[in-house]
Amino acid sequence: MNDFMNQEMYLEHILDLYKNPLNFGVLDNADFKERCFNPSCGDEVEIQVRLDNNKVEDVKFIGKGCAISVASASLLTDHIKGKSLDELKNLTKEDMIKLIGIEVGPARVKCVTCSLVSLREGIKSLEDKNVRS
Amino acid sequence: MVAITKNKMEKLREDFPILSRKIHDKQLIYLDNSATTQKPIQVIDTIIDYYSNYNSNVHRGLHKLSEEATLKFEEAHKKVAKFINADFKEVIFTKGTTESLNLLAYSLSNQLKKGDEIVLTQMEHHSNLVPWQQIAKKLGLKLKFIKIKNDGTLDLENNPINKKTKIVSITHISNFLGTINPVKEIGKIAHENNALFIVDAAQSVPHLPIDVKDIDCDFLVFSAHKMLGPTGIGILYGKKDLLNEMQPFNYGGDMILEVKFEDAKFNELPWKFEAGTPNIAGAIGFGATIDYLNKVEMNNIREHGKELTKYAIKKLSEVKNLEVYGPLDPEKRGSLISFNLINIHPHDIVSLLDDHGIAVRGGHHCAMPTMKLMGLTGSVRASFYLYNTKEEIDYFVETLEKVKGVFK
Repeated sequence: MNDFMNQEMYLEHILDLYKNPLNFGVLDNADFKERCFNPSCGDEVEIQVRLDNNKVEDVKFIGKGCAISVASASLLTDHIKGKSLDELKNLTKEDMIKLIGIEVGPARVKCVTCSLVSLREGIKSLEDKNVRS
Repeated sequence: MVAITKNKMEKLREDFPILSRKIHDKQLIYLDNSATTQKPIQVIDTIIDYYSNYNSNVHRGLHKLSEEATLKFEEAHKKVAKFINADFKEVIFTKGTTESLNLLAYSLSNQLKKGDEIVLTQMEHHSNLVPWQQIAKKLGLKLKFIKIKNDGTLDLENNPINKKTKIVSITHISNFLGTINPVKEIGKIAHENNALFIVDAAQSVPHLPIDVKDIDCDFLVFSAHKMLGPTGIGILYGKKDLLNEMQPFNYGGDMILEVKFEDAKFNELPWKFEAGTPNIAGAIGFGATIDYLNKVEMNNIREHGKELTKYAIKKLSEVKNLEVYGPLDPEKRGSLISFNLINIHPHDIVSLLDDHGIAVRGGHHCAMPTMKLMGLTGSVRASFYLYNTKEEIDYFVETLEKVKGVFK
């Protein structure tokens, strides 16, 4: 039997993404960026997105967090490349859980969705800005 | 000195039904006592007895049940008062430390004016920071902070207390660093400057013998649930003459003597500050908690806590890539240890320890500004109480090594 039950949460691919995150860094000429802060653990994820024709041309993230939140941000940023803003708006918590492919307890759902919250907020402020201008 | 003998300890652990619980098929090891403590059967039974046999409102009914409930309710006040060497009139029951501090901030704000200064420390829990922050904003007061030195103790030599200071409110034991602050000394400085001195004793009353007269504080606040008692009940201690001068915080039933449509005369202490039907079950349960602690004796609890903390610091210092925050001398530290494993997030550590039945806290411990000051976003915190053992600490440290293995 496995020594850690939660180790289901800490599968090899999650740990790899934690040690070597995808799309980690600062993006030049981002069209929008947004930071999500999880007060219960101090996790911070900032997503930066550059668009081309309303599609995601490039995306990066910076921040710090637990293995689950860093792996989730890696997978989300990879997933949304080339997708349209409308497609992004439809992303749900369930999509995130599917993307990362592990079972998480209620206490850790926020770690999974931190990057998604950043993305949603970013799109919202971009749209607000467009409406105003 | 062996504070609580092994035999006594085994007996004592039997008083806590939850300690035999299994978590993920493992024996529960509860090391989150700074957040809240477990409850002995004596306290649980007292609460069941109240609801089963004499549930009724206090200070109102003339019938038998109300008489019994009132007697027990007032008895609880007396027990708590004696426990901290205060007078019965000086002990007000609140919802907990947070409400006590809010009560003080709002009520004392009537005596403050623009330009007055309030001194806190850089290691306050949010509950001893945010209430002051908010009244400072409203009234144009100035907040000043006693700084933390590198060793996790306060820099008292450069303290900002002066003649403009009206209130000094500080934590007795930091819930993050574990530092025991020299409250007597700070109180002296406060009083030399004619400032009121408030002690947040949420982390100290459960672990140290406390004598409010010896500390010579004007106010002292704490919660029952961090000392084996129920949640939703806590204490505001205040010197009688000061409480008499203060405006009530809540108005309503039980806190009045006589009411006219235009005016009201307030009740005497402590009821003046206990408006509405109180948490009767919680209060009576707290009374039973005090009986339990007196039986074990606070000196023994302090010695046991010190011994466990000393042992845990030694064991943790043998773990590579682990950093402990706060003073290392167990004489200067309460029964809690905050630490981090380099490059492993506190939440990951907490989740993996939970797999082994070990309950610890991970996060900012309601001390966000302190964390930021130290360049941290969080830490893991293990905190001990009278039912914890060295064997539990051994298992905890062994499991930490396994957690490191997962991230290798």
